[in-house]
Amino acid sequence: MPDIIFRDGSIRQNQWVVVPRPDSGESLNIPGHQRALIPADLWLAGREHFVGREDIGVWFDSHDEPEILADHVNELPLIAVNFPKFSDGRGYSIGRLLRERFGFKNELRAIGDVLLDQLQFMKRCGFDTYELRPDKDIRKAARSLNFFSQGYQAATDTDLPLFRRRAS
Amino acid sequence: MYVYDEHDRQMMAERVAQFRDQTTRALAGELAEDEFLPLRLQNGLYIQRLAPMLRICVPYGMLRSVQLRRLARITRDYDKGYAHFTTRQNVQLNWPDLEDVPDILAELAEVEMHANQTSGNCIRNTTTDQFAAVQSDELVDPRPYCEIIRQWSTFHPEFAFLPRKFKVAVNASEQTDRAAIRVHDIGLQIVRNEAGELGFRVHVGGGLGRTPMVAPVIREFLPELDLLTYLEAVLRVYNRYGRRDNKFKARIKILVKALTPEGFAEKVETEWAHIKDSPTRLTPEAIERIQGYFTEPDYAALDNATDLLAQQRFENRGFDQWLQHNVDTHKKPGYAIVSLTMKKTGTPPGDVTDRQLEQIADLADEFSFGEVRVTHQQNVVLADVPQNRLLELWQELGPMGFGTANLNTLTDIICCPGGDFCALANAKSIPVADAIQRRFDNLDFLYDLGEIDLNISGCMNACGHHHVGNIGVLGVDKKGQEFYQVSLGGSSQHDASIGKILGPSFAQDDMPDVIAKIIDVYVNKRTDEESFLDTYRRVGIDPFKERVYA
Repeated sequence: MPDIIFRDGSIRQNQWVVVPRPDSGESLNIPGHQRALIPADLWLAGREHFVGREDIGVWFDSHDEPEILADHVNELPLIAVNFPKFSDGRGYSIGRLLRERFGFKNELRAIGDVLLDQLQFMKRCGFDTYELRPDKDIRKAARSLNFFSQGYQAATDTDLPLFRRRAS
Repeated sequence: MYVYDEHDRQMMAERVAQFRDQTTRALAGELAEDEFLPLRLQNGLYIQRLAPMLRICVPYGMLRSVQLRRLARITRDYDKGYAHFTTRQNVQLNWPDLEDVPDILAELAEVEMHANQTSGNCIRNTTTDQFAAVQSDELVDPRPYCEIIRQWSTFHPEFAFLPRKFKVAVNASEQTDRAAIRVHDIGLQIVRNEAGELGFRVHVGGGLGRTPMVAPVIREFLPELDLLTYLEAVLRVYNRYGRRDNKFKARIKILVKALTPEGFAEKVETEWAHIKDSPTRLTPEAIERIQGYFTEPDYAALDNATDLLAQQRFENRGFDQWLQHNVDTHKKPGYAIVSLTMKKTGTPPGDVTDRQLEQIADLADEFSFGEVRVTHQQNVVLADVPQNRLLELWQELGPMGFGTANLNTLTDIICCPGGDFCALANAKSIPVADAIQRRFDNLDFLYDLGEIDLNISGCMNACGHHHVGNIGVLGVDKKGQEFYQVSLGGSSQHDASIGKILGPSFAQDDMPDVIAKIIDVYVNKRTDEESFLDTYRRVGIDPFKERVYA
């Protein structure tokens, strides 16, 4: 599995495998020996079975509604959000909702078509790990995460938009 | 006018460094074409028919003379010595080299300019009335709100990959809407409620392009301090639910229509309830701080120069015509608002040479506190000219080519660059504008016709705002041939409306005749006081149809 970028720019080994949504009629195939991310709605459907397990997390697709887990986010060790295409920006809203509205405190990961130039936005929207598309140069990630030393807006990373910092 | 502080300067410098890195990676083949595309677009860079095109941002149309001189220098050093004023109050260069763009951006940053978010599926330059703060009928100066929106929308981490482009316009005048707010994704009309509090009437879902729509009201009154949280709620609903499967159905207007304005408003209100008291909520101090940059210039205590001007007009007919058409009433006694028309026949509408940019800068320094405003009609405004110097100014303008006294007349044409430059265009637009200008070269006849908006777009994307022209012209492609479709009755004012298509399209050579016939019908049918639009609205499209297709 490709390595994972952390928000501080460090690169570590990936511990999680993404389990795709099963075709209709098929059952979910969770590997026994590995930490696994399963579709969020399926986790919810089997919540009694999964809750408390540190080796099971979930993933949302960009068109999914994170609201379905509103009351349960912190029962999960990791939530991933899929960016099916880098130009699909819905995942940024999902990230902010999970963090700012539902108070998710554990690891939030960006998966899918994750390229270097999205990392800065993902970081500001609450993502703390990133699975870069394998053909991209992971050694450039730290630079891409840190082009900007500040932003104008409040987002997940700061409660202080620039207009409030200027006032103080 | 807004001046950068150390925060703005730092972020703009970081942005230039970032784009330099992105360009280097693109040229090294580390970024595929489709991956580089949104990055360069969000830095204003298109790859066009003949060369790249760089769209430079002019926030809400305001420019200082030092910025004009820098633009002039850039067009000389990196381009072919001319630039183009766009219909979004921005400036375009038509011939820069891709490798030079980071250097151009660095040169722009030195004079507090940039090309951020002038293209791409993100929040674009916020526009407003070119007569902001100098007209008497506005509630407050709209520009501080535009600047507040500029800062909030710049590099917004959640909204950099929207379904489609997103444009906001602000208007503060009660009588007129020079910002065309009702054909924007969000149009903000500054109003006071019954309690006398300041706020915004919020229109969402207007736009031109393939499916033109006039924006419905989503909220009658939004308190001033809630501006940014409410915008964030609108954008979040759009980002999550706007269509991404079909580029032509991806604008927010399609979502508003699908949900109905009421349904859309309800979704926004639900989202907003969660975030209205978040740290993004504005504070009175934050607004005052930005307003502090838009104080009045150092006006002299002058009286209206009524007698002097009357005498000068009497002695000089050309000056009289110019004063009547290109000069507007200023809120301060003794001052006037002057529009420099970039519509001289023989020059593409909105095009200026490097020398002309410098001349405009000189005029601004000499006559108008060193500032100008770019209009969406592709003209340039000197907003604060002393009345007793108007004659002197007019005498200087003539040789420069900015004195054509045709403001708001049939030949003050809004026109996109069209097929001569733009990769998207189906047809050329500049030669059509030129042929019409040549046909209607009699100023007295133009004045007799009164105000007529003639807008020309070279394709469906409607950069020339043809839908809201009283007369709109749209270039279409028919089996590889360029044809022109005409629509009538559009308006971008408070009474905004989308023009109605007259009928089958015409060949380029026929266009001056077609326009002449349309004008004929107006002249025959009008009553004494009627404008073209009034007559059209009274008699309908049929008389025009009958005459044109007879």
